[in-house]
Amino acid sequence: MVSPIALAGLSYTYDKGDRPVLREVDLAIAPGEIVLLTGPSGSGKTTLLTLIGALRAMQAGSCQVLGQQLAGASERQRVALRRRIGFIFQQHNLLGFLTARQNVAMSLELDTASSEHDRLARASEMLAAVGLADKTESLPGQLSGGQRQRVAVARALVGQPGLVLADEPTAALDRQSGQDVVRLLTELARSRGVPILMVTHDPRILDIADRIVAMEDGRIVAAPSGSIDPPPARSLAGSSAPGPGAG
Amino acid sequence: MIAVLAARLAWRQLISSRARLVSAIAGVMFACVLVFMQLGFRAALFDSASNLPRALQGELFLVNPLTLVMFRPEPIARVRASQTLADPDVTQSVPLYLAQTKFRNPDTGRQRTIQLIGFDPEAGAVAFSGLAPLVPLLKRVDTIAFDRRSRPEFGNVAGRLERGGPYDVEVGGRAMNLVGLVSLGTSFGADGNAVMTETNFRRIVKERQASKTDLVAIRLKPGADAQAVKARLATILPPDVMVLTGAELIAWERSYWEKGTPIGFIFSFGSLMGLVVGMVIVYQILFSDIATHLREYATLKAIGYSNHYLRLVVMAAALMLAVLGFVPGFLGSIGLYGMTAKATLLPLGMAADRAVVVFGLVFAMCALAGLLAMRKLADADPADMF
Repeated sequence: MVSPIALAGLSYTYDKGDRPVLREVDLAIAPGEIVLLTGPSGSGKTTLLTLIGALRAMQAGSCQVLGQQLAGASERQRVALRRRIGFIFQQHNLLGFLTARQNVAMSLELDTASSEHDRLARASEMLAAVGLADKTESLPGQLSGGQRQRVAVARALVGQPGLVLADEPTAALDRQSGQDVVRLLTELARSRGVPILMVTHDPRILDIADRIVAMEDGRIVAAPSGSIDPPPARSLAGSSAPGPGAG
Repeated sequence: MIAVLAARLAWRQLISSRARLVSAIAGVMFACVLVFMQLGFRAALFDSASNLPRALQGELFLVNPLTLVMFRPEPIARVRASQTLADPDVTQSVPLYLAQTKFRNPDTGRQRTIQLIGFDPEAGAVAFSGLAPLVPLLKRVDTIAFDRRSRPEFGNVAGRLERGGPYDVEVGGRAMNLVGLVSLGTSFGADGNAVMTETNFRRIVKERQASKTDLVAIRLKPGADAQAVKARLATILPPDVMVLTGAELIAWERSYWEKGTPIGFIFSFGSLMGLVVGMVIVYQILFSDIATHLREYATLKAIGYSNHYLRLVVMAAALMLAVLGFVPGFLGSIGLYGMTAKATLLPLGMAADRAVVVFGLVFAMCALAGLLAMRKLADADPADMF
């Protein structure tokens, strides 16, 4: 099976800074693997995530995501790839004028072959899966922070993505709801065999990962569990993962 | 299909904020009303300017080529009218005398300038409504008929006549017996009109020689080719007169107001201002909609929505505002036309072609505002989302 993500020699420099934010990054993620990316601010985690998510044009190196080589990819190819990725952001970024169900269905409207009825039914199912069956007609403003982030999880997963990219999904949430959201996300992803690459600073959720990758100064410095084991069998509860730079 | 979904998204966004929607609609409506009023006044001006030429029954007309506008005519030799009879297709050639003089308001005693129109009322070259039954009365010495659609500043002239029968009024310093009413209408050149025979006309305007007339209406045999007759007359008449068809006479009168005065420009400029203001309002609304939802737009881009799709959303919102603002603007303008027509006695009313033009302008205005606002979409960068 092809790796959902395969990076080789990926480097990136912002226009104005002469110092590269990413230097020769190599990283591979196995199908169904849940990987946490940690590291101090400015270590390049977020840049790496935007490059893998095809949100930013590449500069140097190779970046295969879901079989698509992003080096030299056109805007059209990148937009097409984004449709196959589920994104979860720090903020929920739901459209305030749409109900929870309409927000989730937005992920499906790009598939013009589907019918409206079909889209709404799938959105309802997905909301039920994140425990919001009774909130389908609520506007984001009527939901709590944790509920909104769960709607965002439903939006990311409803399109049956080949990969989920998440950037500190717990950052805007209190401890308990943050943990709930992340556990929900990983459970749903595992049951569907979807790999996750998640940037986090939160030491409390490190145990959900199959593998933790630490970055520093634009390089991957440690991959504590090292080997790539078959993910579904792994349980890292109480793991000794050091989680470098978790602060 | 994509356009339908984009339009639905635009609609949901528009109706989500009622206050913003109402202010956007009000902006478009404002622009609509402004443009409707400006174009309406413009059209009324040109229509009223041609009140007199349109009431004339003639296939061809003679005017002095030096005449700029009908209320200030250059005289032509009356003999030219007779000369046209040489053409076998001409059946009748009727001279008209035009002058402006003072009319004393019978209620207040104040004087105002009135347009006098003198002609042979039996010739049938003039079709002012109400004229036919007055012909025998007008043939008496010192009689006139008054235009009931003259401005009210002339006094309750018609009311007195209807109550008390014919009475004397002072026209150009002479007592004239007012014997009846016709209906013609005001124009920018004349606040009111009085019609009479040419003999009575010369009794008021004493300095006018009978040999000098101002306008000649020519009637042709039924089925005669006006253009051919016009060409023949042009060859036999000296260059001190010009032969015009009815349509040319109207166009020529209009062109004075359109080109010879700043009025046409003023109304065009007023319309443009209305459109600019409307565009700025719509642009502001669309722009701030995008600016406040930048993160949401960026999210949509991140989950695979193309720039093209989001541009469709903005454009759909702009065009919905165009339609939503036009409908009340159109209805409001009809009401305002009625009120203004009553106040100014100008022939002001809604015209289908004008409604189409204004809708086109407002649509273009909103589309342009949408295009300008779209540039803000570039700021929605999905790479900033993480």
